Amino acid sequence: MKILVAVKRVIDYNVQIRVKPDNSGVEKDNVKMSMNPPDENAVEEAIKLKDSGEVTEVVIVSIGQEKCQDTIRTALAMGADRGILVKAGDDIEPLAVAKTLKNIVEKEKPNMVLLGKQAIDDYCNQTGQMLSAILNWPQGCFVSELGINDSAITISREIDEGLEQLEIQLPAVVTCDLRLNEPRFASLPNIMKAKKKPIEIIEIESLGVDTIPKVKYLKVEEPPVRQGGVMVADVKELIQKLKYEAKVI
Amino acid sequence: MSVLVVAEHNNVSLKSSTLNTIQAASQIDKDIHLLVCGFQNDEVVNQASTLEGVNKILQLNDEIIQHQLAEHVSQVIINLSKNYSHILAPSSTFGKNFMPRAAAILDHSQISDISGVISPDTFIRPIYAGNAIATVQSLDPVKFITVRTTSFEPVEIVGGSASIEKISLNLEGIATKFLDRKEAKSERPELGSARVVISGGRGLENGDNFKLLNEIADKLNAAIGASRAAVDAGYIGNECQVGQTGKMVAPELYIAVGISGAIQHLAGMKESKIIVAINKDEEAPIFGIADYGLKADLFQALPEISKELDLLNDIAK
Amino acid sequence: MIENQNIQREEMSYDVVIIGAGPSGLATAIELKKLNPETSVCIIEKGSEVGAHILSGNVFETKALDELIPDWKEKNAPIKTKVSMEEFLFLNKKNGMNIPTWLLPKSLQNHGNYIISLANLCRWLGEQAEALEVEIFPGFAASEIIYNEDGSVAGIQTGDMGVDKEGQPKDTFEPGIILKGKVTVFAEGCRGHLGKQLIKKFELDKNSSPQQYGIGFKEIWEVDETQHQEGKVLHSVGWPLDPKTYGGSFCYHAENNQIYIGYVIGLDYQNPYLSPYDEFQQFKTHPKISKILKGGKRISYGARALIEGGLQSLPQMHMPGALLVGCDAGTLNMPKIKGSHTAMKSGIIAAETIQQHLYDKKELSVFDTIFKNSWLYQELYEARNVKPSFRWGLIPAMIFTAIDQLIFKGKLPFTLNHLHADHETLKLAKDSKKIDYPKYDGQLTFDKASSVYLTGTNHAENQIIHLQLKDPKLPISYTLEKFDEPSIRYCPAGVYDIQYNKEKDESEFIINSQNCIHCKTCDIKEPSQNINWVTPEGGGGPNYANM
Repeated sequence: MKILVAVKRVIDYNVQIRVKPDNSGVEKDNVKMSMNPPDENAVEEAIKLKDSGEVTEVVIVSIGQEKCQDTIRTALAMGADRGILVKAGDDIEPLAVAKTLKNIVEKEKPNMVLLGKQAIDDYCNQTGQMLSAILNWPQGCFVSELGINDSAITISREIDEGLEQLEIQLPAVVTCDLRLNEPRFASLPNIMKAKKKPIEIIEIESLGVDTIPKVKYLKVEEPPVRQGGVMVADVKELIQKLKYEAKVI
Repeated sequence: MSVLVVAEHNNVSLKSSTLNTIQAASQIDKDIHLLVCGFQNDEVVNQASTLEGVNKILQLNDEIIQHQLAEHVSQVIINLSKNYSHILAPSSTFGKNFMPRAAAILDHSQISDISGVISPDTFIRPIYAGNAIATVQSLDPVKFITVRTTSFEPVEIVGGSASIEKISLNLEGIATKFLDRKEAKSERPELGSARVVISGGRGLENGDNFKLLNEIADKLNAAIGASRAAVDAGYIGNECQVGQTGKMVAPELYIAVGISGAIQHLAGMKESKIIVAINKDEEAPIFGIADYGLKADLFQALPEISKELDLLNDIAK
Repeated sequence: MIENQNIQREEMSYDVVIIGAGPSGLATAIELKKLNPETSVCIIEKGSEVGAHILSGNVFETKALDELIPDWKEKNAPIKTKVSMEEFLFLNKKNGMNIPTWLLPKSLQNHGNYIISLANLCRWLGEQAEALEVEIFPGFAASEIIYNEDGSVAGIQTGDMGVDKEGQPKDTFEPGIILKGKVTVFAEGCRGHLGKQLIKKFELDKNSSPQQYGIGFKEIWEVDETQHQEGKVLHSVGWPLDPKTYGGSFCYHAENNQIYIGYVIGLDYQNPYLSPYDEFQQFKTHPKISKILKGGKRISYGARALIEGGLQSLPQMHMPGALLVGCDAGTLNMPKIKGSHTAMKSGIIAAETIQQHLYDKKELSVFDTIFKNSWLYQELYEARNVKPSFRWGLIPAMIFTAIDQLIFKGKLPFTLNHLHADHETLKLAKDSKKIDYPKYDGQLTFDKASSVYLTGTNHAENQIIHLQLKDPKLPISYTLEKFDEPSIRYCPAGVYDIQYNKEKDESEFIINSQNCIHCKTCDIKEPSQNINWVTPEGGGGPNYANM
């Protein structure tokens, strides 16, 4: 069994985001970048399945600039077997990403594709669902538990009300929640070994994918600064305000 | 053209997220249709029929779609899409599950989590966990949108009178079998999605005092959160931490008790609709962003709040 | 560190293992590869990436880089903004007096230098090193020194990952490994935690004056175009600091309407109520400064201890199996307020030493000879008397410095020694005057929490606290009692706090280690030397972008 894991290179979650003065986007120069956190869960899960013998090969794919190789290497150091970088511009939207991944899936023929449930930059939460749609595969989204039995997987999905359990026939697309596992650390010797693992580089143009955006980002601004409200005199006044003014209790 | 809103429900009752989504829809177009798909969902349709602003309800009542799996719901939407300029669903785990799927099948993009409507094709949405706000324009003929519910007031549940149209479709079988759905075990709502959150900080002084929050949380059906300082001090577990390195929350009501308002904490809750701060230090930065501030000793204020809430409930009865 | 001694640790060997990817470590690596591409070199770096823990003013003198990478311009080094204008201000509360630049000692003249981000220069140096096949491993902390049986340094052990608060392995436990080098180069920067151990073990400082430190703050501001003069360098002394305390400000106009503004205060200050952070915040409200910042936006903040002792405090930099370079030893030139070019030069000297050691069977002590014959030694020698003269107070020191530097060009026939280590200088709280600092206005001045937020600092949760107390009772029974717990004030990140526990009816010392920005001030200034800074899990700490 073979798993394809898609990973995205994003601004590190510890970095304080700064909007560019010209409102064209956010500042990325010299900013620490790393693997999108839920994608790490996807990588971890694939490697766990490989450790347990259910899976024979884990292939990592990332789409973006040359530097995405670093992100792929991180996954290789965690234990994945090889990588594919589809070289593309910085901001291609989820639909184009899904179409690109479909191309790779058709080439690699994995039994399952794992992705993070959403990226912490654009916050779209779309790519996995879109990929499964255009592959006409079933989807399992926001997964916090995953078990394989023969040709199917059983999953628990994190939903607002609690958990939903599904049995899904393979091949399938699964998007991973942070609760799925705790990603391992890559050891130093494994980072060394990862430097020698192969990464295939493909130009996105060669795949014939339409990457023209269908959603235009007109501007990116800082969120409005929240203003302080009123001081209330006592608890009674507070409760009255919450009940009759704000209407939240 | 009209706007189709996909109702979130559990075949028994309509979820409030639907009301906020209808509000967003009303800012796009006045002709709003509501899709209620499920099984034995008459009661939901009943509730929906009086909603303010809804002209028509499309009811699909079919056992095959009882669990509203994404593969099915997206099929329904695709079938209906030619009649609509916009299709909206709440940006909950429900809406996020099927909306991108439906859009992609029609080779459309999708716009996630809008927090404002500028025009029928231009919307505002938070990115980078709300640390930046993007204005985006859709170039697709049909706009597939999920709606950040806390950004839109709910519509009134009475005052409307929608016509009801029953629809039936030949839905394809899918490769997914529903096994089970478990409501969260905890009696408290989940921190990330609770309507009300009450959080404690260092001011609570120790772990035992966190129990003072429980009583109020019970009365408001609130989740319990904490500042990093309180977690670091061992008052409460990691899973309760709200902030940059903890959970990001955006409830309708956020009550910060004994939290000074370190910016790491503010980053995790500043998207809340109403913020209440209770602190004895009037210089605490949290007051700078709170809608309602109360300078008080929390050990006196908390029991009082509890009492006042009881009074309110008595009146309601 | 995990108690279990039975952990199997992998071992890797290199010709040279370098600890720290700052200017000195990277220069060592690059020069080694230039001298012999066959020498195997690795660098480990505790920051999440190269540059993440680098913070510096910085007006850069290219002297050492010209030697290391002569074609740095063609290779597009991030060194672009030439110093075009200089000002030196003597501030009092309301006003500032300009000191004409011709009156300034040569060491304070910056013609020909560049305003840079040292973090970005290190990122670039890292790329140059990797192109020469130096292996760089960011995100790994060197936590222990490994010794050979004969007592010489064999290498280091990286920190264990995935250990919980109590020291027990978590599911993700990944044991640290042993990295052995024929020579190990310690380039951790000021007050490296391994360097500190080596200096003690090998008595490297037995012939030196006590080391002197400062704490430096830096903020990056985006300011209004009309207030920005690219290439301008402004320094000041005086207000708000009292005349007994050593320190001053810098304000550099960099590219893209950005200003690098900062403050340095000697850690030999005496008043336990002094708060270096608040001195810096207050400084920004001076009319000469606030007019530049007004309407601008603060985009970065950081702080780091720096080493000021100079030549007379410099320890011996070689020992069996290892070398100590850059600020880990203390090569900063204080009157110039520059340590980057000197750190790099010390790395180049280290590389020459190692080359002779590996291939010509020379002892590592050959370092001393090469060092003494270098411009680095000459430069540090001439600078040596400036900092110690400041114990006489600001005005006498400035007069002395003018004579020493302008007339004698640093060649006065005596050397002033440093008298005390910085942790010995605090006066008792009862003998000291409390200082009332103004409230933060949220426009020019900010609280510590908002500042730390900008550093992108994080430490994985549930790990051993990396700020260790030798005696857990001491902060309350001694430091609080005698000095009113100065750590609350000297820590630039709000790590330390005292909280009163009602139930136990006693005060508790709180360590918010998650906030730590790795500046090392506590390790230096704590009066009883009770706080020991050790490395947290690799990758923790600040994530500085353009500092």
